[in-house]
Amino acid sequence: MNIILIAILALAGLAVAFGLLLGFAAVKFRVEGNPLVDQIDGLLPQTQCGQCGYPGCRPYAEAIAGGDAINKCPPGGQSTVEALADLLDVEAVPLEAGAEAEPVKMVAYIREDECIGCTKCIQACPVDAILGAAKQMHTVIESECTGCDLCVEPCPVDCIDMLPVQSGLSDWKWELPAPGVQQLIVTDRRGQLQGGAV
Amino acid sequence: MALIRTSSPHLHKASSTGDVMRLVILACMPGLAAMTLFFGWGTLINVCWAILLAVGLEAAIVLIRKRPVSFYLKDYSVVVTALLLGLSLPPYAPWWITLVGILVAVVIAKHLYGGLGQNPFNPAMVAYALLLVSFPVEMTRWTQPFVLLGDADSWNILPFTDTLRVIFTGFEPVWLDNYTGATPLDAMRHRGGMTTEEAWLSKPVLADGIGAWHAVSAAYFMGGIFLIYRKVITYHVPMAMLGALAVIASVFYAFDPYDFADPYFHITVGGTMLGAFFIATDPVTCATSNRGKIWFGIGIGLLIYVIRGWGGYPDAVAFAVLLMNLAAPFIDQYTQPRTYGHAKANRGMKGGQ
Amino acid sequence: MRTHFAFHGGVHPPENKKQSTGLAIQIAPVPETLVIPLSQHIGAPAEPVVRVGDRVLKGQIIAEAVGRISVNVHASSSGVVEAIEPRPIPHTSGMEAPCVVIRTDGLDEWIDHKGLDDYRRLKKADLIDYIREHGIAGMGGAGFPTDVKLHLGDDHIVNTLILNAMECEPYITADDMLIRERAEEIVSGIEIMAHLLKPHHIIIGTEDNKPQALRALEKAVRASQLDIDIISVPTVYPSGGEKQLIKLMTGIEVPSGRIPADIGIVCQNVGTAKAIHDAVHHGIPLISRVVTLTGLALQHPHNMEARIGTPFETLLGAAEVIESALYRLVMGGPMMGFTVPHDQIPVIKTTNCILAATIEEMPPAPPANPCIRCGMCEQVCPAELLPQQLHWFAKGKEFEKAKNHNLFDCIECGACSYVCPSNIPLVQYYRFAKAEIRAEEAEQRKADHARKRFEARQERLEREQAEKELRRKQRAEEAAKMQAVKQDKLQRHAEVSETAAEPDAKALKTAAAVARTKLKKAQQALKSAQDKGLEGIEALQATVTELEQKAAAAQAALEQAEKGAQPAAQLDSKQLKTAAAVARTKLKQAEKALQQAQDSGEGDLTELQAKVTELTAKAAQAQTAFEAAESGVAPAAVDIAGLKEAMDSAAVKVEKARQALADSEANGSPAVEKMRAGVEKLEQKYQSAKSDFEVANQQGQSNGVDLEALKADMEQASDKVKKAEAALQTARENGSPAADKMAAGVDKLKGKYEEARQAWLAAGGVEAVAEAKVEVDPKALKQQVSIMRTKLKKAQTAVEAAEAGEGDLDLAASEFERLTALYEDAKQAWDAYEAEQNDKAAAQGIDLKQLKIDAALARAAVTKAERALDKARETQPDDLDGMEEALLAARQKAEQLNQTLSRFTD
Repeated sequence: MNIILIAILALAGLAVAFGLLLGFAAVKFRVEGNPLVDQIDGLLPQTQCGQCGYPGCRPYAEAIAGGDAINKCPPGGQSTVEALADLLDVEAVPLEAGAEAEPVKMVAYIREDECIGCTKCIQACPVDAILGAAKQMHTVIESECTGCDLCVEPCPVDCIDMLPVQSGLSDWKWELPAPGVQQLIVTDRRGQLQGGAV
Repeated sequence: MALIRTSSPHLHKASSTGDVMRLVILACMPGLAAMTLFFGWGTLINVCWAILLAVGLEAAIVLIRKRPVSFYLKDYSVVVTALLLGLSLPPYAPWWITLVGILVAVVIAKHLYGGLGQNPFNPAMVAYALLLVSFPVEMTRWTQPFVLLGDADSWNILPFTDTLRVIFTGFEPVWLDNYTGATPLDAMRHRGGMTTEEAWLSKPVLADGIGAWHAVSAAYFMGGIFLIYRKVITYHVPMAMLGALAVIASVFYAFDPYDFADPYFHITVGGTMLGAFFIATDPVTCATSNRGKIWFGIGIGLLIYVIRGWGGYPDAVAFAVLLMNLAAPFIDQYTQPRTYGHAKANRGMKGGQ
Repeated sequence: MRTHFAFHGGVHPPENKKQSTGLAIQIAPVPETLVIPLSQHIGAPAEPVVRVGDRVLKGQIIAEAVGRISVNVHASSSGVVEAIEPRPIPHTSGMEAPCVVIRTDGLDEWIDHKGLDDYRRLKKADLIDYIREHGIAGMGGAGFPTDVKLHLGDDHIVNTLILNAMECEPYITADDMLIRERAEEIVSGIEIMAHLLKPHHIIIGTEDNKPQALRALEKAVRASQLDIDIISVPTVYPSGGEKQLIKLMTGIEVPSGRIPADIGIVCQNVGTAKAIHDAVHHGIPLISRVVTLTGLALQHPHNMEARIGTPFETLLGAAEVIESALYRLVMGGPMMGFTVPHDQIPVIKTTNCILAATIEEMPPAPPANPCIRCGMCEQVCPAELLPQQLHWFAKGKEFEKAKNHNLFDCIECGACSYVCPSNIPLVQYYRFAKAEIRAEEAEQRKADHARKRFEARQERLEREQAEKELRRKQRAEEAAKMQAVKQDKLQRHAEVSETAAEPDAKALKTAAAVARTKLKKAQQALKSAQDKGLEGIEALQATVTELEQKAAAAQAALEQAEKGAQPAAQLDSKQLKTAAAVARTKLKQAEKALQQAQDSGEGDLTELQAKVTELTAKAAQAQTAFEAAESGVAPAAVDIAGLKEAMDSAAVKVEKARQALADSEANGSPAVEKMRAGVEKLEQKYQSAKSDFEVANQQGQSNGVDLEALKADMEQASDKVKKAEAALQTARENGSPAADKMAAGVDKLKGKYEEARQAWLAAGGVEAVAEAKVEVDPKALKQQVSIMRTKLKKAQTAVEAAEAGEGDLDLAASEFERLTALYEDAKQAWDAYEAEQNDKAAAQGIDLKQLKIDAALARAAVTKAERALDKARETQPDDLDGMEEALLAARQKAEQLNQTLSRFTD
């Protein structure tokens, strides 16, 4: 009888202790809001292009947090899929069919002679990167353009082009060196091992 | 004018992985010679057999992985692995022991992890540990040093042809037992109720044969100093490992000299020297930074002592090295050097998962 | 001599310095053309102040600094500015950047220049400005503008001034030779710097492999009044790196991410000191520098004083390059220099060495082995990093980890790559990782920015929506009130003119619609079957015929019902009045057209005359009918609007049928005969509908009605029409399948509106003239045409795609047809407008059409000329002037015509 009592008391004591600990932790380490959505949103490219089927990046982030597929973001490319897979600890899947793994950064360009000033593109632009008034020629603020191409479709006279972002001296960068062995495999096959290995 | 475009630097020191590995092989030669001198042809035969198997196997696997064969064989890394395994095996280990060992070392411990540079565990030690666990009888049948065989003044080791027959044909005449015996560590461990002093006096391998072990250790030590001199390895791992082993052995020896062997014994017998200079220093599987290497070496030294003293196996270099291989990435995270311009070193792995 | 400290790591590559120290510094020849880049260092490029064709003198400013981190650029010899254009510059990428190209005249004529008499008398700021004006930039590594560093005394306390005379890179001897020959000038430059910075301590740091330079320095320093320490350290690479130098000299480390001035230290290169001396004492801007020419591909390696902008080619020629042996051309040293793709690259302020190496000297790196973590890189890293870990991270693109391992403290000295036994291009990995991280950070910033903008926009839209909602509510309330009032009135009105019970017109209408739909479907099926050559076409055709009959029957029944359902006894004098008015207007228009046609002598006069006559008759008829109605004679009232609708729809049907017929004729479809018959039938129907309408129109009568209520009716109808039209527009834009239905609805509404308006007019409402004459917006019309054309194009592509086997051909085809019709409409509207404008212009004696054609021709000529010019540029760039002139003339003409034209069109 005594033993049972001791056991019960011991368990009860432990329960109380851990309960307090958990309660304390819950208060101390409480997280405000849903940081997961913020984190996912932070990984998305913020083009707000809607190619994922959601009206903007944040809604898609919310959808991902709710369990939607992570491969619906063509502007982000495969790297975004991988980053999301890392964050959510799920399998990195290839992008949806038809999307390039490493999309080229684009920027919208209005052929200003042909612009009729209909303001349709201004309404379509999710980041207010197009400047112009009704019946006035419009122009794209390049630095603000996310390259979402949402403005291309509404243009009634097809005067908006998506051009690859020009790269210059300032953003030139070194490539990742080609792995030595693969280089070698190629040359090996041709039977002209250059420079000799070791 | 079409000139080449490459990233700087445009100069390279004339050294290669192959050079590094060849230096390691060269540094092993005194040890190999000492083993052959004191324990007979077995080790030499094992080493040659192991290298033969390893090179063939490496070539086959590289072919299967569709990589250029000559390029990979020229780095000599597989030769080093085979050499180290061959040196660790008992001299009369049958041929299939070596075969299994090389299979494990090259296929499982090296290439299944992605080949050179990618393996987390020292391949030779993975093979050795597996063999020790799987074939304890074959792996603990060590050879007597020649001084214990008959006339103490003559070099009467088992003849070369007989050794070949023993290794490759399973030929086991009755007189073979004369040539085999326990290692000093075995003798010390299984000494019955004797104190260490009594063991030193009564066990022939300790009383008379210990000189052979000392000589082999000295040979490895020489090779190790050569490697440090040639900057193939740094002093950190061997120093830390031997130091830690010496310190812990001294502590226990001072505390109870009757039950515990002296530190000199621990350092100079078994695989300690081979492990300190050739196995623990394997750059692929050891810690990266100099401080990390020190912790890595200390860990191995302590583990060797613990396993030798209280574990189930007489020698412990392989297990200690493998356990510390396991800990190396963790050590790396906490022993980054203090970078120029930083007040203190980074700790832990931020930015990873 | 003082003691020194040490830094971690370092390597000892073979020095190879002896080759180029055998000769004294030679003056390099003046090249034919100087190519002077506008940006020779970090910071903003300078702004050119000369124009192409200007003659410049040696030492003349050709580009001025923009912003703080920027310096002036000077001409380094006299000559004529040949071009200001992008040229290849010394950069790792081999890309181009704007340069001033000077064709030298060989006179090497100096601009007036004179040093300062006593710089100590000048204010410090003025002296620094003077140095900045003379284009002095750091001549060691990055070419940082020197004046910025000299300003540091303003907000930092400078304890130590360190002169970098290390020159730790192999091969380079430019500083060594400079010190040997110009030590006094260097010390004089140091004195100026010391005057500006007021350091407690001045150190010249050098390596022990330059004994001659050391002796020269010691001699010069002894002659100086300043207390300068010379510290010579054992040679090890990279002791000349700024951070390493500071550690060597002072034992202090520059904190990560900070500059030396933060710890009270300023570093300057000895070459910079000499340049400051030249500028201050002689007024010579930085227009030349000592360049080491070395490497096994040169027969005559030595140091040269080369003008900024001299192409490498000239210098290599002076050093007798063996072209065939040249394998790798490096600007800078072998450890940190970069390869340049060819020898047309100019010397800039930071070009300390040109290394022309043979393949034996610097063979290509052998293929990289895997990293075995041997740790040699770690032993030599002067920044105390873990290069092998950084390599793994860069290779695996784990940039966060790389950053956490202090990747950005890497100085890219190349020591790790130098010792790597696996020949891994480690530095390239770090450069790649750094660039990626920087790009990623920039992208992240951009993304955050985009997110903010997006959120701001969302907020704005929501706010606008809310405001709109509020306004709508208010309007709805008002409308409800109005509705109540009107309901009241309507009820009273309805009581007066209650019509006979309507027969089941609605049901009939539905039946007719159903029949039509079925018919359409069947037709489509038939068509696709014909296209595909499927079997069973006969059966389908039979079905179609049957359905056609049924549809016709349903339509007939409906029409009858509608006719019969018309309130028989209604007097509709207002409609008659309107009809009369309309007829009159038409008559007037026709008369006018006739008049114009007669004036201009264009168009078919007889036809127009006939039309006028006809209209005159009609107008008279309408008038009489109206008058008759007015006077109380009430013939059987007919629903004119209904008739008109019937007529219109018949017209549309005829049009469609005709088109279909034309199509099938073009396609050689077997159903042509039948279709032709169908078209004829439809035409007959149309004719009958038209005559019905006309008859009714003539018989219309009017009656006195409540004017106000009518106006309200009309306005409401107008509103509805507008809304409906807008809805229709959106529907069409979206390609909504409901667009057709909506169009019908809009037509109906329009009809109603027309009815209401006419009722009101008839009742005596006065419409403003401006309103009556439908305002035509030419731009809108033109846009409409343009829009329609684009849409049509899109549809066409869709059809083509469909034909290529993607998607539904029928759907695309029908969409295409629909759009064609829309386009035709828009085009017609535009044409009508244009015709009107034409007329206007004709009145002014100018043939607008002709003008337009002329303008178009002129534009075409311009385009052609441009194309020809482009082509000519590609093929024969010699004879361009003539063509350019032609183009200019064509452009002017086009411009003129356009202006004339715009007077009429706008």
